[in-house]
Amino acid sequence: MDFLLSLWGYTSGRFDQVGQALIEHIAYVVSVVGLASVFAIVVAVATRHNVFARELSLAIASVFLTIPSLALFTIFIPLVGLGFAPSFIALFLYAILPILRNTVTGLDGVDPSVMEAAKGMGLTNSEILLRIQLPLAWPVILAGIRIAAMLTVGIAAIATLVAGGGLGDFIKSGLARLPLPNSLEAIWLGTILSLLLAFAIDMALKLVKNVTISRGIR
Amino acid sequence: MSNDVLIRLENVTKKYGDSDAAAVNNLTLDVHRGEVLVLVGPSGCGKSTTLRLINRLIEPTSGTLYLNGEDVTSMNPSLLRRKIGYVIQQVGLFPHRTIAENIATVPKLLGWDKDKIADRVDELLDLIGMDPETYRGRYPKELSGGQAQRVGVARALAADPDVLLMDEPFGAIDPITRDRLQNEFLRLQQDLKKTIVFVTHDIDEAIKMGNRIAILREQSEIAQLDTPEAILADPADEFVENFLGSGAILKSLTLMKIADTELHQVPVFKAPVMRDKAIETLQDSEDSTSILLDADDKPLRWLDLAALNRTSQPIEKSGRPISVDLQPEDTLQDALTAMLQSSVGLAAVTDRKGKYLGCCTIESLAKLLVEQGAGK
Repeated sequence: MDFLLSLWGYTSGRFDQVGQALIEHIAYVVSVVGLASVFAIVVAVATRHNVFARELSLAIASVFLTIPSLALFTIFIPLVGLGFAPSFIALFLYAILPILRNTVTGLDGVDPSVMEAAKGMGLTNSEILLRIQLPLAWPVILAGIRIAAMLTVGIAAIATLVAGGGLGDFIKSGLARLPLPNSLEAIWLGTILSLLLAFAIDMALKLVKNVTISRGIR
Repeated sequence: MSNDVLIRLENVTKKYGDSDAAAVNNLTLDVHRGEVLVLVGPSGCGKSTTLRLINRLIEPTSGTLYLNGEDVTSMNPSLLRRKIGYVIQQVGLFPHRTIAENIATVPKLLGWDKDKIADRVDELLDLIGMDPETYRGRYPKELSGGQAQRVGVARALAADPDVLLMDEPFGAIDPITRDRLQNEFLRLQQDLKKTIVFVTHDIDEAIKMGNRIAILREQSEIAQLDTPEAILADPADEFVENFLGSGAILKSLTLMKIADTELHQVPVFKAPVMRDKAIETLQDSEDSTSILLDADDKPLRWLDLAALNRTSQPIEKSGRPISVDLQPEDTLQDALTAMLQSSVGLAAVTDRKGKYLGCCTIESLAKLLVEQGAGK
């Protein structure tokens, strides 16, 4: 109880800072997941008839995910400097795999007889893609986007190490001052806000799901 | 049926890869306007490939395809397909679209205006016996297999194409529903007069559905192409004979309609039935069974003397129920099945609204078969 009070005390003293960090964190998630979604879907669509290209892109995306985050965030500093840019690139590379993987799975999972019927009725390839395949794969793609969003909320906390801001700022400052007063409070604040943010974003995406997925395939 | 040729495959060959063996080898086939041409043959004979050559889902290696006298071998395949209805065994309804949207697929591609599409959808739902109010907004997952294939047929008919290609359309449907769908389909075709190419591996279905049947052997070579009657009466060779299998007489039952026979009239009673009077009437007649009708003349139960004498039960509850629903346009095979099931050796025939018309008997059936045999 005492700790909760002191956590509240710590937080209430710096609402400006909290708001700033939250906005930065949200900016990462929105920009990274947005761009990674577009990129991954385009790659999955472009490689859908070419097994080699598809497997290659999946393999590359997997490699990114295996690079330790600390390294991936710092690798790009010589190229783009400190701050938002290196963090954005690292998070973007991480977010590709879940969306790409799910888009490939989703497109693959469309019932061949539905495609056959569509083709037989005279839909062109692009009409089949836009009106049949993508809408039918959308639930799976969206699940990938949700995973990517959760992943980004978590890993974006590392951005603070390359001066990229975000909720990681609290965790880092807490770590640096351990065991001084308010150090644990800072770590907890960063962690709890990350969790709440992840929860809120998940809810938002769930809403998107309910609105965008046809009742026929729910 | 006029004999003008609507679809013509000329010297069509399809080879896959570099292999020498062709899936379809130098096939020439005419489909006449307004006929149902059934392609039937053992699996792997190339019948589906042949069908898919017509809407160019498979492009021929060589040969020419004519539609209505026009060479369409190099026409834009998507535009060609919009003129040809296509129904497949797995139906392939779009699960994320409503029934109405599914049916509207081709009209929408053709750019019809909204009101015209909506009217057409309702018209087609009526045609396939599904209430537009109820089904328009439903999704494919809410339909039974039989309903889904009905919608599949409606979707293929949506833009009123001259040609309908059907690849084992009733193959994945349970036998009872399949029978009903086949009969419905024949009824529809009487009004619509579409040119239909129908693929099946089931010779009985071929005999029932086809105006002409092409029996195919490997590489889509035509073993015999003729009317079902002619093929049954005079198989061209051993392959055809084997494919027809035994029981050609029984198969010919599927070619004859109940309307071809004379219906027999047994005594009928309508509630309220006076028991004594009924017994007297039945005893005076030559029949051992009578039929109980409801107020709308719908046959309800078979009543024999034993049932009428059983005073422990009200008449409405005695005797055996009449469960099978036969109509004059059903085949004699349906009638035979119903007779064997009914245990009284009779099959009650009704009109489309369920009103009782008469009974089909084994004797009338045998008489017809004998006459047929004598005619040949």
